[in-house]
Amino acid sequence: MQQSLVRIDGVSKHFGDTTAVDNVSLDIGAGEFFALLGPSGCGKTTLMRLVAGFETPDSGSIVIDGIDMAGVPPNRRPVNMMFQSYALFPHMSVAANIGFGLKQAGMGKADIAARVADLLKLVQLEKLGQRKPDQLSGGQRQRVALARAIARRPKLLLLDEPLAALDRKLREETQFELMQLQRDLKIAFMVVTHDQDEAMAMAQRIAVMRAGQIEQLGGAREIYETPATTFVAQFIGEINLFAATVERGQVMRCAAPAFTCRLPEPMAEGTAVSLAVRPERIRLTRGEPQGGEIALSGQVMDSVYLGDVKVWRVRTDDGGLLRVSAVNSGNGTDDIQRGERVHLAFAESDIRILPR
Amino acid sequence: MTGTLRKRDVAILLIGFAFLYVPIALVVIYSFNASKLVTVWGGWSTRWYGALLDNAQVLDAAWLSLKVAFLSGVFSTILGTMAAIVMSRYGRFRGRLVFSSLIYAPLVMPEVIMGLSLLLLFVALDMDRGFWTLLIAHTTFGLCFVTIVVNAKLAGFDRSLEEAARDLGASPIGAFFQVTLPIIAPSVIAGFLLAFTISLDDFVIASFTTGPGATTLPMRIYSQVRLGVTPEINAISTLMIGTVLALVLFGFALSRAFRGGGGAVGRA
Repeated sequence: MQQSLVRIDGVSKHFGDTTAVDNVSLDIGAGEFFALLGPSGCGKTTLMRLVAGFETPDSGSIVIDGIDMAGVPPNRRPVNMMFQSYALFPHMSVAANIGFGLKQAGMGKADIAARVADLLKLVQLEKLGQRKPDQLSGGQRQRVALARAIARRPKLLLLDEPLAALDRKLREETQFELMQLQRDLKIAFMVVTHDQDEAMAMAQRIAVMRAGQIEQLGGAREIYETPATTFVAQFIGEINLFAATVERGQVMRCAAPAFTCRLPEPMAEGTAVSLAVRPERIRLTRGEPQGGEIALSGQVMDSVYLGDVKVWRVRTDDGGLLRVSAVNSGNGTDDIQRGERVHLAFAESDIRILPR
Repeated sequence: MTGTLRKRDVAILLIGFAFLYVPIALVVIYSFNASKLVTVWGGWSTRWYGALLDNAQVLDAAWLSLKVAFLSGVFSTILGTMAAIVMSRYGRFRGRLVFSSLIYAPLVMPEVIMGLSLLLLFVALDMDRGFWTLLIAHTTFGLCFVTIVVNAKLAGFDRSLEEAARDLGASPIGAFFQVTLPIIAPSVIAGFLLAFTISLDDFVIASFTTGPGATTLPMRIYSQVRLGVTPEINAISTLMIGTVLALVLFGFALSRAFRGGGGAVGRA
């Protein structure tokens, strides 16, 4: 990782009886694209507001660029924020909005005009400088908010749900633009989002938050392939979770669906664990699968066609329920219908063992 | 609901307007009466407006009323806006209930009581009654109206706008003057105009709190009416109606302008 730009150390924040942020520590590198991901109410927005200076931590410290931010007001932090509502000043033109931060910094009128013109060009709104925010579309407002937030060349840009207000097509386009912009500007980005696709697509590292704490911190692949907890496993993508118990001789027994498998590392006998298997790692076939893997059989309960992907729910003969998905590649298994008898197979290496 | 009005509806509407505006219209029309008798129509004339210009007492009273109305309007607006901000921003501080009750008290208290209690205060403080006591009394009274109007606007104010200003480098005061105030300006102006007109209209509190040297226009009119209604009174009343109406229209136009000149294009 690059040199650390932001160091959050043991930060907690309470609102009355509720703990919004609970002893969180993390580092963000200079020029890194970082995402805070979690369901609403997990404390991700509070953590961002602590970094911006709108909230004061009850304990712990936040250091940005080597300076302790305790007691430093938002207007003196080398950080800018793009608000979820965009918070564009309705009484100012687009150009005045973008130039607002420069004016506060005491920049001369001519310099401001030149910088604003550059920024308008950067976000492709050259002709709209004199408009008022209420004369812009949602996508244009998002661009103005972005231009305004980067105008002061912050070391860290905070983005609160930056794409939430955009429609689906525009969201994907903007996602790539944000990534490009981040690479060009070499500013560290910290995105708060509840959308796992957004976080996985854009961020180099993701912190998954739950109830004020970080459940797991890592790259998109790491979080998806090797979730640390059942919460992360279920929050990121779809997953099958089975209750299992450790038996003697490094064997796990799963009740429904019924199968046994070997443990990669020894664990205490009788330990209750959860076994997690991604739906796309399970193969669905009409005929018997090849050996060397965990094989089950059952009946298709539902079959869902999503265009690029097909999803099935299969009830095994011993009462387990599994979700299976496959890319719509046009081969023989794609047309398996509801009610058909099927075989399921997956490798032991595709099973992730999680504490229960 | 958007269809044409039926005859019965039009009739009801006209009765409603007549109820509201006929007395005012009569005052205005009779102010142009050539006759000396108030109830007898003697043709059109502006002689009473001319007579008014020669009446130094009325002119002095009008000038005093305007001065007090303007100054108490300004002070009410500053204090009332500050009170509204405190009440909407600082949540449940200690003594909030007492604070808000005191702010809103003049609204529900009978004017006679307000006037009397202020009179007692000024007497206790041994203050000479006149212009300054009148100004203080009208400011106390006007600020509660400003607070109500501004508070209503602040309740719907998006706080992230202020946070955005702070985030972009503005100090708390800078954020207030550059972002908050321009956005709430229409209601601040409305509050000022309300305080201004209430001060201009007030008779009861003024009669308690002013002294011999400072007679306001409503007080002057009242004392003249006791000697008999003259067409001159109609003229001065018409001028007052005109002033207040002009102020209201001005405030309305100003608040529309503040809502963003370009905004109209977007909506068109």
